[in-house]
Amino acid sequence: MDVSAEAKRIMAVSISKLYASRAQRGGMRLHRSLLLSVVMRSARDLYHSACLAKEREELGTAHLVPVTPEEDAMDTTASGEQVEVEVSQVKPEPESPLTPTIHEPMSSDSEATQGACKTRTFIGKETVEDKENRSPVSPDRHSRKRRGKASVAPDFLPSKRARLSLELGEERVLRTGGRTCCRAGDVFTTLSLNSNRAIAAF
Amino acid sequence: MGAGGGSNDVQWCFSQVKGAIDDDVAEADIISTVEFNHSGELLATGDKGGRVVIFQQEMENKSQPQCRSEYNVYSTFQSHEPEFDYLKSLEIEEKINKIRWLPQKNAAQFLLSTNDKTIKLWKISERDKRPEGYNLKEEDGRYIDPNTVTALRVPVFRPMDLMVEASPRRVFANAHTYHINSISINSDHETYLSADDLRINLWHQEITDRSFNIVDIKPANMEELTEVITAAEFHPHQCNTFVYSSSKGTIRLCDMRASALCDTHSKLFEEPEDPSNRSFFSEIISSISDVKFSHNGRYMMTRDYLSVKIWDLNMESRPVETYQVHEYLRNKLCSLYENDCIFDKFECCWNGNDSVVMTGSYNNFFRMFDRGQRRDVTLEASREGSKPQQVLKPRKVCADGKRKKDEISVDSLDFNKKILHTAWHPQDNVIAVATTNNLYIFQDKVN
Repeated sequence: MDVSAEAKRIMAVSISKLYASRAQRGGMRLHRSLLLSVVMRSARDLYHSACLAKEREELGTAHLVPVTPEEDAMDTTASGEQVEVEVSQVKPEPESPLTPTIHEPMSSDSEATQGACKTRTFIGKETVEDKENRSPVSPDRHSRKRRGKASVAPDFLPSKRARLSLELGEERVLRTGGRTCCRAGDVFTTLSLNSNRAIAAF
Repeated sequence: MGAGGGSNDVQWCFSQVKGAIDDDVAEADIISTVEFNHSGELLATGDKGGRVVIFQQEMENKSQPQCRSEYNVYSTFQSHEPEFDYLKSLEIEEKINKIRWLPQKNAAQFLLSTNDKTIKLWKISERDKRPEGYNLKEEDGRYIDPNTVTALRVPVFRPMDLMVEASPRRVFANAHTYHINSISINSDHETYLSADDLRINLWHQEITDRSFNIVDIKPANMEELTEVITAAEFHPHQCNTFVYSSSKGTIRLCDMRASALCDTHSKLFEEPEDPSNRSFFSEIISSISDVKFSHNGRYMMTRDYLSVKIWDLNMESRPVETYQVHEYLRNKLCSLYENDCIFDKFECCWNGNDSVVMTGSYNNFFRMFDRGQRRDVTLEASREGSKPQQVLKPRKVCADGKRKKDEISVDSLDFNKKILHTAWHPQDNVIAVATTNNLYIFQDKVN
């Protein structure tokens, strides 16, 4: 199965669990919400790196405009679907159980992606800082050290303008009756705000 | 696997089962905690409906020396009721999360029981005499007209049918913002700790209106939260030492003499992650669901989703022993995540002389690991194996497709039948194993 499709599915499952836990007797459980957010973050990171890897392959090297999949997702649904289309066109990973498949992308692709991010900025003999993807805990970027959820949100939301459209996106989702859609675009719009909301409730 | 550490194999036999027989389980009847008292004479269970049921072991039956005496209901009471937090618009569940017995000081028994927010100290006492012969009261309680009294007598105590009374002596409330997961009584016999997701409080058993916060891992910005406290326990002998485990698979040992606030640990026990096992769910399955000191205080045991680990308190870098409980589930983590089983919190326990450890699994299986003999066994708690003194047959799960006779394949396991709570008698080979709503008592075959 395509790794990024699996990652998307896990994100969708995680979000629906987070929503369901709100109605739970006894209130939201902090431990459970934390674990759900961690899984969501891992799945999203994997999905990002898979998308970036595919993008890199298609667009080639050098003189890349640093377009991130996040931006694509937050635009209209048309581009969200476009991301999906790109994903499906890529040659799928060999058939294997989920766990070993994930291992490779997480350890090599995400590192490679991070490396690629850095490489991009240097290829054109420029030292343009990749501000959009800078983590507040930047020294740890290459390590597998687990980061707090707050450091995740800024990665995902490169600009204030995008955050605003994200909040609007949330209202859209809530008005549709709370049912989680599984389209790539909606998954991304609801993803970060949910990880923050889960904690803000406490 | 003997309690005496001998080389003879222990054969476990069915002794008793408590609880309803029908498959339709009422949610309130789901057992949420099981605990023997310090002598093993009493066995307490708590359930989701907030009730506590205490069983008492009858005096040894001299005429039948081959079986140990049975446990019968001693006392039943409603410990906690559902409450409502009006400020947060949240219901507070009455489910009993933990029961801990106090060491016995007099004729009465005391235990602490806790739900998500409130801890209560219960006194369980026996009454087998009552005063009779009042001058102004009939035996049934009706008042006698004083004018008809011609002579006076002194009331005397006469025997009556045994009555066991449970009364709440202390209520320790309003000290936890988050959900209480552990309580542990200190060896000083005066204090105890209670732990929620982010904080640990120290109480005096007599004082209910205040507690001391000794651990606080709440970050200034909640969005930076990365781990929570999952369990905590006092050292069995050193009254200044306690440990707490985290959702990241670490255990911190703290010394209360070092400072008032034990945010800085004295020791940090953490095993480096095996990179070949990394997956989406690595963090979830590394979360520790239970931590228990050995009786001798030299070791502690932790339970995460797939394994049980024994740690030497003098070595922080890795556990001294690791036992796989159900490694065949490692390839199923995605499904277990979807059906929520990956969040199940299994407990673990030591036998009386710390030679064997036990924990539960799915399909009503439970596992025992003999540390000395390096052997393990899988047994099942089921009605089929419940004829009196019937020896339990070891079970085996087949991980690959080549299922042998009597083996059960991973896909046939019933994940709704889980054993989360088990307890071992402090001295004898008697164990209490809780399935969803039944309590099984097994003992070793006495020849």
